[in-house]
Amino acid sequence: MNKKIVTIALGAALGLTASAAYADTLDDVQEKGYIQCGVSPSTPGFASPDENNNWSGIDVDYCRAMAAAIFDDPEAVRFTPLTSKERFTALSSGEIDVLSRTTTWTMSRDTNLGISFAGVMFYDGQGFMVPKDLGVNSATELSGAAVCIEAGTTTELNAADYFATKGMDYNPVVFEDQDEVVKAYDDGRCDVFTTDSSALAAERFSLADPDSHKILPEIISKEPLGPSVRQGDDEWFNIARWVYFSLLEAEEYGVTQANVDEMLGSENPSVRRLLGVEGEFGSYIGLSNDWAYNIIKHVGNYGEIYERNVTPIGIAREGSLNAHWTQGGIQYSPPIR
Amino acid sequence: MAKSQEQLQQRRSLSSLIYDPQFRSYAFQILLLVVLVGFGWWIVQNTIANLQAQNKTTGFDFLDSTAGFDIGFSLIPYSRASTYLDVFYVGILNTLLVAITGIVLATMLGFVIGIARLSSNWIIARLATIYIEVIRNLPLLLQLFFWYFAVLKSMPSVRDSLEIIGGSVYLNNRGLYLPDPNPNDAFMWVQIAVVLVLIGGFFLQRWSIRRVEETGQRFPYIPVFIGLLIVVPTLTWFVTGAALDVNYPELNRFNFQGGIQLPPEFVALLFGLVIYTAAFIAEIVRAGIVSVSSGQTEAAQSLGLKDRDRLNLVVIPQAMRVIVPPLTSQYLNLTKNSSLAVAIGYPDIVNVFMGTALNQSGKAVEVIFMTMAVYLTFSLLTSIIMNWYNARIALTER
Repeated sequence: MNKKIVTIALGAALGLTASAAYADTLDDVQEKGYIQCGVSPSTPGFASPDENNNWSGIDVDYCRAMAAAIFDDPEAVRFTPLTSKERFTALSSGEIDVLSRTTTWTMSRDTNLGISFAGVMFYDGQGFMVPKDLGVNSATELSGAAVCIEAGTTTELNAADYFATKGMDYNPVVFEDQDEVVKAYDDGRCDVFTTDSSALAAERFSLADPDSHKILPEIISKEPLGPSVRQGDDEWFNIARWVYFSLLEAEEYGVTQANVDEMLGSENPSVRRLLGVEGEFGSYIGLSNDWAYNIIKHVGNYGEIYERNVTPIGIAREGSLNAHWTQGGIQYSPPIR
Repeated sequence: MAKSQEQLQQRRSLSSLIYDPQFRSYAFQILLLVVLVGFGWWIVQNTIANLQAQNKTTGFDFLDSTAGFDIGFSLIPYSRASTYLDVFYVGILNTLLVAITGIVLATMLGFVIGIARLSSNWIIARLATIYIEVIRNLPLLLQLFFWYFAVLKSMPSVRDSLEIIGGSVYLNNRGLYLPDPNPNDAFMWVQIAVVLVLIGGFFLQRWSIRRVEETGQRFPYIPVFIGLLIVVPTLTWFVTGAALDVNYPELNRFNFQGGIQLPPEFVALLFGLVIYTAAFIAEIVRAGIVSVSSGQTEAAQSLGLKDRDRLNLVVIPQAMRVIVPPLTSQYLNLTKNSSLAVAIGYPDIVNVFMGTALNQSGKAVEVIFMTMAVYLTFSLLTSIIMNWYNARIALTER
């Protein structure tokens, strides 16, 4: 009896030779029938669940677009809410297939952390919020302030850089969870709340008295926020990247959720290639030829996603970096051809 | 014929080897060892292979690179230019600070509550019972949130700070502000005097015990010791001209500057840990005292021992033997529970090192390994000290 168990255990141990757990993400995803997508627990405009646990936000819609491209079903995605501290470990360990969680694209993350960024869904920058009655008008007056920050973010590093270069003291109060940061700031634990300015705008409405707080004019960093995947799986990376580009291509040629069926009959070769009427672009990324058609049909183009999620939290697209390149912004995609 | 007999004998010795209990026990142990080593080897290989597949570097070199973030509360000088190794030290010291303070306070509170529960005063005994039953049966994390958010909310803001002891101590929702004593050089002599009195007190106690044992005459040890502890350092103070240059907290634009600042995260964590662990220690103390049979007390009474001697010489020494082993595990629990600091933002080792440093450096395996090694070391050290103490007070069998 004993011997049998030992033999089985030994056999199992030898059978499990060193093997990478996630060689082919697309195969794994198709086999299980859905994408596991890591998102913010609650950042209005980017990812937040309603009372029925229906997720919405620009980061959420990106994952839905991937699901539409692979399964022709925007609901074939499951969301894992992650704190900023947990997110990279969750991606590396294979717990999630794609990380779409207001994550800043930096060199160290793109290289040393073993992940690859597919694109920039939102160009952001770090700002500061203070209570109006402090009488502060500029970030340069913040010397000696207590600053509420979320742990494990570029925000934490930028704040350290900013205060050091300005020769100012500050007292960082660091929490693991964005909700706790907001709560502590609202309770008066800190004088200042700092994070990406889009999140500041969104979180301001969750404070007890939004009108008694203001966002300072200084933007102290570049925060290109985008989805990322594990390094070392080029096929999956290509899908992640071209799903993002297809959203911009569709906007450029005026393909929307409403007119996508009409557009199938378009004479414009760029539209025909995008929607899979011409060429075999789907097969280049291991998907069916109507992959981009499915994305636009189910989720819409970049402009529609922005309009639906980010405009309601009060961040105008016009004149910002996030405008389409044809409108003076820097949201630009290489051509599909 | 002879050959086949030899074969038979060989087979018999082989089968008898299989049925030999000693051989079997060795064989299975060796087999188990091989399986365990193989399993460990496979885990290490698999980890390295997976990290390499993701282009991640491994090793402890990252400890020398700049951390780049700030820490709100540190016992040693720390800035954004410090290294990850400094973050590690800051985390260890912050954990030790809350663990050691917590153990001392929880022991004191626990003994008081435990004895109170046995009190003949009905109200005191009931209050102690309610305290123990309520605190023991609520999750610690919940209690920490209570102390942090509920208590923080009720604190005044910086401008309306509570002023305690005439402008030297302030309390507000940013923490507790105490004056910081800056001793001059001559103050060293006062410290030396205190140490000398403490050492002297130790020998005085031994001498007084021996005197009681030999002659039966009592020496008023405690009053004499306290008297010496006050008189000798005070005399030294005046003779050497020692002085404390006290640095008081002062309000500036955002907050108080100067003085000693205890952040509310520390205070809330300490409160939560002490109050929670004290409830368990109280039960241990009660169990220890109850375990001393009433026959012992009665025997001491019939020998004519005074109340205090009966407690000090008969009941407590016997109760301690029951108290110390479970007390050790409460100390270990308190130290390990201090890692819940991460929930309320106190920069302990889990928060700053396993949290932020791991995230910014991406060295998950190395960082978690180091953090586990720290807790293991703390726990084993606590166990060693408590086992040594336990052996000292154990029943000496003759």
